[in-house]
Amino acid sequence: MRYLSAQTAKAASAALAAEPGTARVLAGGTDLLVQMKAGNLAVDLVVDIKKIPGIRDIVAEAGGFRIGAAVAGVELGEHGGVCALWPGVVEAARLIGSTQVQGRCTMVGNLCNGSPAGDSVPALMAAGAVVRIEGPNGARDCPVSEIPAGPGRTTLVKGEIVTSVLLPARPPRSGDAYLRFIPRTEMDIAVAAAAVSLTLDAGGNVMAARVALGAVAPKVALVQAAADAIIGSRLDEAALAALSRAAEAACSPIDDKRGTIAFRTSTAGVLAARAAKIAYARAMSQGNAGGTK
Amino acid sequence: MNSLHISTTINGDPVEFICDADEPLLDVLRNRLGLTGAKEGCGTGDCGACSVTLNGRLVCSCLVLGAEVDGAQITTIEGMAQGDQLHPLQRAFIEGAAFQCGVCTPGILIAAKALLAQNPDPTDQEVRFWLAGNLCRCTGYDKIIKAVQTAAADMRGA
Amino acid sequence: MALDQPKTSFRHVGTRPNRPDGVDKVTGRAQYGADITAPGMLTGAILRSPHAHARIVAVDTSAAAAMAGVRAVITGTDFARPDDDFLRDVQENCMARDVALYDGHAVAAVAATSPAIARAALRAIKVTYEKLPHVTDVDAAMQTGAPVVQAGRALETVPAGMSQNVTHHCEFGHGNLDAGFARADLVIERSFKTAATHQGYIEPHACLASVTADGKADLWCCTQGHFFVRTLCSAMLGMESSQLRVTASEIGGGFGGKTTVFIEPVALALSRKSGRPVKLVMTRDEVFRATGPTVSSSMDIKIGMTKDGRITAGRADLRYSGGAYPNGTVDMGAQAAFAAYDLDAVRTFGWNVLTNRPKEAAYRAPGAPQAIYAVESVVDELCQKLGLDPVTVRLKNAARKGTLSSYGPTFNDIGLVATLEAAKSHPHYTAPLGPNQGRGLSCGFWFNFGGNTCVSLNINTDGTVGVTEGNPDIGGSRASISLMAAEELGIAYDNIRTIVADTNSLGYNDVTDGSRVTFAVGLATIKAARDAIGKMKTRAAAFWGIDADAVEWTDGAAVPAGANAGKFPPLTLAEIAAMSPQTGGPIAGHHEVNVDGAGVSFGVHLVDVEVDPETGFTTVLRYTVFQDAGKAVHPDYVEGQMQGGAVQGIGWALNEEYIYGADGRLQNPGFLDYRIPVASDLPDIETVILEIPNPGHPYGVRGVGETPIVPPLAAISNAVSRAAGVRMAELPMSPPRILAALKA
Repeated sequence: MRYLSAQTAKAASAALAAEPGTARVLAGGTDLLVQMKAGNLAVDLVVDIKKIPGIRDIVAEAGGFRIGAAVAGVELGEHGGVCALWPGVVEAARLIGSTQVQGRCTMVGNLCNGSPAGDSVPALMAAGAVVRIEGPNGARDCPVSEIPAGPGRTTLVKGEIVTSVLLPARPPRSGDAYLRFIPRTEMDIAVAAAAVSLTLDAGGNVMAARVALGAVAPKVALVQAAADAIIGSRLDEAALAALSRAAEAACSPIDDKRGTIAFRTSTAGVLAARAAKIAYARAMSQGNAGGTK
Repeated sequence: MNSLHISTTINGDPVEFICDADEPLLDVLRNRLGLTGAKEGCGTGDCGACSVTLNGRLVCSCLVLGAEVDGAQITTIEGMAQGDQLHPLQRAFIEGAAFQCGVCTPGILIAAKALLAQNPDPTDQEVRFWLAGNLCRCTGYDKIIKAVQTAAADMRGA
Repeated sequence: MALDQPKTSFRHVGTRPNRPDGVDKVTGRAQYGADITAPGMLTGAILRSPHAHARIVAVDTSAAAAMAGVRAVITGTDFARPDDDFLRDVQENCMARDVALYDGHAVAAVAATSPAIARAALRAIKVTYEKLPHVTDVDAAMQTGAPVVQAGRALETVPAGMSQNVTHHCEFGHGNLDAGFARADLVIERSFKTAATHQGYIEPHACLASVTADGKADLWCCTQGHFFVRTLCSAMLGMESSQLRVTASEIGGGFGGKTTVFIEPVALALSRKSGRPVKLVMTRDEVFRATGPTVSSSMDIKIGMTKDGRITAGRADLRYSGGAYPNGTVDMGAQAAFAAYDLDAVRTFGWNVLTNRPKEAAYRAPGAPQAIYAVESVVDELCQKLGLDPVTVRLKNAARKGTLSSYGPTFNDIGLVATLEAAKSHPHYTAPLGPNQGRGLSCGFWFNFGGNTCVSLNINTDGTVGVTEGNPDIGGSRASISLMAAEELGIAYDNIRTIVADTNSLGYNDVTDGSRVTFAVGLATIKAARDAIGKMKTRAAAFWGIDADAVEWTDGAAVPAGANAGKFPPLTLAEIAAMSPQTGGPIAGHHEVNVDGAGVSFGVHLVDVEVDPETGFTTVLRYTVFQDAGKAVHPDYVEGQMQGGAVQGIGWALNEEYIYGADGRLQNPGFLDYRIPVASDLPDIETVILEIPNPGHPYGVRGVGETPIVPPLAAISNAVSRAAGVRMAELPMSPPRILAALKA
């Protein structure tokens, strides 16, 4: 294996594109090194992107925030602006791994790992986040929801790397939340997960909503029917029940060592409703103060 | 072999080493530098026994490549005591019987020190969640949590 | 002081001094198994079967052996083949010869000049397997027609016509069951299952072997018993004991799992073949796949009770599987199942069953947690259905001094009643519970053990003392041994240093197991101190010119026994030691014994849980451990055993399990999915130590290490069952299982 510390995104992309063998991007390494240790991934080239200028920065952009691909979970949690605007995304990113892993892991790595159980992915999708990609054909932007392609697979092509993710501005009276189920209180992979982002009108009715589910299908995905179940409601019991039913209906999980089909399906419905309630409370408490300058 | 020559700082000392491109920092510390205080309990970031700080951040050294630490500042358990003066956490762990076999202890001490550096007065729950990535199979954690709180109180008073 | 009555007042014993290895362990200086190196050392690595059951048709090592940097390649044929069944099983478990019996079974090994070359060499070994049918579940393995793991291993205790996987049957108890059940107002019969679990020590097995051309060998390893390691390895390598010296490193947890060998004979064989020192360190994956997890179990329990809470009869049918080799763990389960109760009619039946899983090793009170979980679950259900208080019922039926135990012996002084009464009067027992919360309780028991023990105690000329013992310190035992030496000699704790010596330095010491060390090594240390005191009294008597019988030992000094003996100022240990070169030479005490009289230990655990009715997630809210320690020598480390055992039991109850796929391969060989409790899963673990002296020890000490893992399984299950309103009968009670039960 060779190790390359790239100085620019273009150089990283070019090296990845030119490698005839197996090439991987190294940001936090908390998935990559585990896969290498397990012996099920023989890597010929590792491209470390952490020295690329700006890739560890969080900058305000268009009322939202652009977060560099190598920003670690703990660094995201220390950023007051992002925490205030997208608390659900931050809590999702902060759930990845232990304190030690938080010192290294990144949301973009979580996304590009392609796991259906990546914690930050549902929250990013619900937030409508957009990644910026550097590749052989130049830069492009792509919604997070279009990146996962299946377990361990993404839509990125050879030589493409994600350099940042944009969390957009949001209207007043908005809130988001992410919940996952794990058998312990820490140190587990999500067995089922749900993220909800919603915006209320002045009367407290849900005007807009996005719901994403994790670990209950081959890839993380937005569930339009679940969002529709609460749009127009004040999140009353009937709306929450409809949300849970819609979430359950969207599940196509597997039985494995972490959970059963029945358990994952049922729990996804429970978590969607619970996350919606948290997001709703956040939106209500936010009053008219939405967005950032 | 794609060996790399790395210059870094460990516990305040300048250190140079040669490592393979795919060699974890933990292996460098233990096998090349004789710093065996960090332990490999799993090699996959699940147990925390290899905890060190890298540029002030708590990390698992099994999940860092040696190649990545060029120019970095690393602290390990070997750098915790100052000369013959134990750190208050080290004293509290001995006096509070906060370990039995002791193999997780270096990692837990490094992690606890990182916690108290940013939160000098944590609640028990904050200590428990901060240390969730440090597995201990002997103690049931009870005396570990109490020793961290003893040291925290000691450090606040000092 | 009469030697047959336990001492009751203490100066040192019962205090909480710092442990002698404390600074080493907080500074990273303590040397564990993988921390030891030797000049010219090679790295060893082991190739393991990817199949649950397969005939090894051929192993082609030629390509690996030809690689640059590879210095030795071995297979099963490089080992001696012991005649003894037990030794042969251990050897074949370390490296298969003809058949790989489980996923992870070793088939070959290499030693090379670097880890990378060793790994590459393993990939170059070509093994031709013929896959065979496999079975991993105990009930499936008992079916006639099940795939046969090993043929011809059944003992004569097994009736004809059963599956060949059934290797052993046992039966214990007394009285007339039918008459007992007929007297009951309520009889409950239930079936239970428990998954195999792992000790989960944080330190993987590691060793360094060095064999020289003249056949002499040194082995450093993390083990609970280096003398036993010598016995096993010398048999497998065809060596004499005198040629193999084994030194125990510091040990990063064992809990029974390091009482045997897995890689040590392999490292020795590689070193012998390569002529170089060889270090072998397991990965975590190897630890889970190829060391010694617990048995899994399938059990039927039937208990009858009267309306006022008297148990009229109890029966247990236990089916245990400890993997691919025969073992007797089910005997201990069958003996322990009803040990807490004074019963007129009790019968237990045990069956050992082979499966294609790794060979079981001991895990803290082996065999007892499963059986007692099942019994205590049924007792709790009887209490619930009859509207009776669980502690009152247990007190009414509790074993006490004079009780004919369910497994044969009549109990001497035991502490069960005291622990139950302590639980009943503790504020925890009557604290209010909220919605979805439940309280559970269980008794627990372990036999405890004494065994072969040899201790030397050397009086240094400056008045300090060195104690040399032979049992690896897995939880502070050097501190406890020093405390007992200080107590007996009458000198300061800090003037004593206790070390664990290698196999050449002492006679045979049994493994650190059976909760034996503080009891048995402590007893031998006390007697070695008495031996040294006798010699010091003789020196003082000679110095004074009086008879040795006229000298007593008081507060660390020799004094005349009375006015008639003469009038001399006391001679302290330090003074006698200083003049020892002039009075006959060095002074040392020794004691060698096969210790009997380990008192059994009972405990009671009390737990509150909350169950999330929508997800089946269990939160442990409050936990209190009550246990009889006989005499707590170093209370910090007694509490530590109680807390650590309780938390291992909590993990077993809620989430820990070996998960096998349809292909018979282990699905979760790592700490990510083998879920041991993390700090944030737990509340404080409160401890209450009871001290009912054990008549078999000079200070009344009982072993305390194993009992605490026994009660949590049923205590948690009873709490969950009461919180969720549905009886759970399978471990672990993972959230999917609880939710399924709630929705059933």
